[in-house]
Amino acid sequence: MSKKLLLDKAHIDGIRYFDVYRREGGYHSVEKAFEMSPAEITDEVKKSGLRGRGGAGFPTGLKWSFLAKPEGVPRYLVCNADESEPGTFKDRYLMEFIPHLLIEGMIVSSYALGSNTSYIYIRGEYAWIADILEEAIAEARKKGFLGKNILGKGFDCEIVVHRGAGAYICGEETALLESLEGKRGNPRIKPPFPAVKGLWNCPTVVNNVETIAAVVPIINDGADAYSKIGIGKSTGTKLISACGNINKPGVYEIDMTISVEEFIFSDEYCGGIPNGKRLKACIPGGSSVPILPANLLLTTAKGDKRLMNYESLSDGGFATGTMMGSGGFIVLDEDQCVVKHTYTLAHFYRHESCGQCSPCREGTAWLDKLLRKIEEGRGEMSDIDLLWDVQRRIEGNTICPLGDAAAWPVAAAIRHFRDEFEWHVLNPEKCLRENYGLAHYADPLHIPVAN
Amino acid sequence: MSEEIKKEAPAKVKVTIDGITIEVNPGTTIMDAARMIGEEVAPPAMCYYSKLEDTGGKCRSCLVEVAAGSTADPRPMPKLVASCRTGVMDGMVVKNFSSERVIDARNGVVEFLLINHPLDCPVCDQAGECYLQDFTYNHGKEYSRYKFVKRTFIKEDIGPYIQLHMTRCIMCYRCVFVADQITEKRVHGILDRGDRAAISTYISRAIDNDFSGNMIDVCPVGALTDKTFRFKNRVWFTKPVDAHRNCENPKCCGKATLWLRGEEVYRVTSRRDKWGEVQSFDGKPGWICNTCRFEKKKTSDWVVEGLTTIPRHSVIGANKYKKLVVPNDPLQEVMKGVQPKLLMDIHSISEVNNPAIDLSTIMGPSNSNDFKKAGQHEVPYDETIQFGTRSDKEVEE
Ligand SMILES: Cc1cc2nc3c(=O)[nH]c(=O)nc-3n(C[C@H](O)[C@H](O)[C@H](O)COP(=O)(O)O)c2cc1C
Ligand code: SF4
Ligand code: SF4
Ligand code: FES
Repeated sequence: MSKKLLLDKAHIDGIRYFDVYRREGGYHSVEKAFEMSPAEITDEVKKSGLRGRGGAGFPTGLKWSFLAKPEGVPRYLVCNADESEPGTFKDRYLMEFIPHLLIEGMIVSSYALGSNTSYIYIRGEYAWIADILEEAIAEARKKGFLGKNILGKGFDCEIVVHRGAGAYICGEETALLESLEGKRGNPRIKPPFPAVKGLWNCPTVVNNVETIAAVVPIINDGADAYSKIGIGKSTGTKLISACGNINKPGVYEIDMTISVEEFIFSDEYCGGIPNGKRLKACIPGGSSVPILPANLLLTTAKGDKRLMNYESLSDGGFATGTMMGSGGFIVLDEDQCVVKHTYTLAHFYRHESCGQCSPCREGTAWLDKLLRKIEEGRGEMSDIDLLWDVQRRIEGNTICPLGDAAAWPVAAAIRHFRDEFEWHVLNPEKCLRENYGLAHYADPLHIPVAN
Repeated sequence: MSEEIKKEAPAKVKVTIDGITIEVNPGTTIMDAARMIGEEVAPPAMCYYSKLEDTGGKCRSCLVEVAAGSTADPRPMPKLVASCRTGVMDGMVVKNFSSERVIDARNGVVEFLLINHPLDCPVCDQAGECYLQDFTYNHGKEYSRYKFVKRTFIKEDIGPYIQLHMTRCIMCYRCVFVADQITEKRVHGILDRGDRAAISTYISRAIDNDFSGNMIDVCPVGALTDKTFRFKNRVWFTKPVDAHRNCENPKCCGKATLWLRGEEVYRVTSRRDKWGEVQSFDGKPGWICNTCRFEKKKTSDWVVEGLTTIPRHSVIGANKYKKLVVPNDPLQEVMKGVQPKLLMDIHSISEVNNPAIDLSTIMGPSNSNDFKKAGQHEVPYDETIQFGTRSDKEVEE
């Protein structure tokens, strides 16, 4: 049983409300933080090794230390709760069940960064969670943890919940800031980075919900205790939202020492694959990261067991590895069609592109059309090469990483499952009725756990 | 940090582009530095417009490779960067036309820009002065790999002077910046997102503003056209002359180019510099007002200064200036040493021109579907939707 830092109390009755949360030790980190200087808190976060949980895995303490601090200019903390990546639903769980943890983390982080007005940008579809957060904020305010002169220590802080209007792109930090300013959610051209010119041109830090929540145990237990959990540069615990063909879909808090195999097959986590089916492929970090066939997923190219952490998942680069991403773990069993799956993702990215830069605007639509053609049995062999070429020319040539996120899944699917694409082209009618199946993708050594 | 830099006397920084080194002020973009060197190294720009703030970064046609970041940190940049929005650093080494990665990426950008572009230049009003045409000739391929239905929009009249044909738009955002920066109030913008994103006034509101006509000039393609000129003449049949008048509008520069045929003024535009942007006078961009542009269509309204200088490779200069000595230079010399990038035989490309297709066997008025190449598939219904709002009048017809 791995250690839990964020969700350990999430199941206590009434933890959603201030009184229960406080009784269980909540808001202790605020009291502790106010005994420290903002620089000391930033140092603790740096020492803890915490990496951003929004997808890119950038060291949080380092990001905080980049924040410009010109005289007389306000600074802002913005919490990214836009969570719109297919397969990722961890922030939702945290905010819905234990909202005060996020508020507590926001207060400590705001104090560390000197932000007197902080924002939570939440995706519009999470309407009821926005209400939960606002209720929690009102409670915290009443108890003196928000507002003017918090706990008599002279620090003022307000938290504003801002609802998005249904755009994945507004999760990209600069598009989020545009949207927060009331403009069209187009990503900004960087530099300047938000740390220098963010919200209303003021220095701003944008962090994921889970990142901000993790500040609470770091301050409570100390950076040393936090960094002892995990391996290498993957410290602390990570929330994984697991879905797809598994027995127990849900949100799990793991310490990053367990293997992918354990995560999928042990009863503590996903509980194996239903109906005695075998594992075919998996997208371990949300829809943007490369898909891996079972054999490469469970062991790295070097033959080591693949672990659920930043380094191990990306071992081998994109040739044989993938990424930790935002922790949306999607499992595909032998009955799933990789072509259809890739088409679904391409369709999503086409729909969500902001349309600012030509490679992404035109390229994502082209990928979508080509994949649909192959999926519907109208494909030609040359379409597969064309797919490869189109994704290659999107990747790295766009303003924001959405272009890459659209290109990678297509590239990985062709890289690892090319024969399935070819089978679709060669069997235009059969592919509408039947499935290509497992082929050679599964790990031949693995004995599937039947339920 | 940036504050400290400003306080010091602005020392010049050295940047090398395609092997040519130049000293520029800190804060200059790679694009502007390249333009200072000259046309031979300047990257193509489809969205950047130096006279409009915040433009650029979108079309990605100006991508360049940074082979060395600076003297202090000579590492190459991993990705290609948009030269119009990337500042130079001292000791930076940039590869533009000399980089294969750049040529390949640009080739991709042309292809992306064209997949939803109609390619019916023969019936487009912009032909002959279209930057997408130039960009395609210089950086594209002679065929398209895109075999799906193109996205189309219904034409829209935005006010008395301007017609918007969104189908031709390449989403450079320039017209939006013009409306923001030189007109009183912007009433048009971008609706929707992704490949459905469109320039629109939302419910066909009229764009009515003294300087709105400049949107037409900044549009690199035929998406925004002058309704007083549309289809009156091909641009290469007209003769451009520089002229000025005393305009009452204090914000109007009054210096324009008249496009004549005989004595008749067919069109009035602002004057263009060699980058295709509006010319600056006394350091200020020479925007002209709508009265000068749309209402002053008599030569007597203007004081004509003389023939407009047209780049030698432009089609607009063809068959004019009869009294001038036509040089016998080979094509290459006319183009200042630049090789023509693309010369193509249109009959081998377009099925419409295919002599093997017997037009008399096609029933009724034909359209491009009659010329489908073998292997082109049926198109799912939802890909054939035409976007935009149809006016009631059109629906009745
Ligand atoms: C298209 C796109 C969508 C994104 N969506 C989210 C999101 O929903 N939630 C999130 O936390 N980060 C998202 N990100 C990442 C953010 O840009 C940013 O890196 C993150 O909020 C930083 O927080 P962190 O350092 O705590 O990870 C997205 C990035 C891109 C390019
Ligand atoms: S990559 Fe796509 S989503 Fe990102 S700015 Fe460009 S068009 Fe918009
Ligand atoms: S209408 Fe013209 S100027 Fe406006 S965005 Fe489209 S191409 Fe650019
Ligand atoms: S000109 Fe630089 S991106 Fe368009």
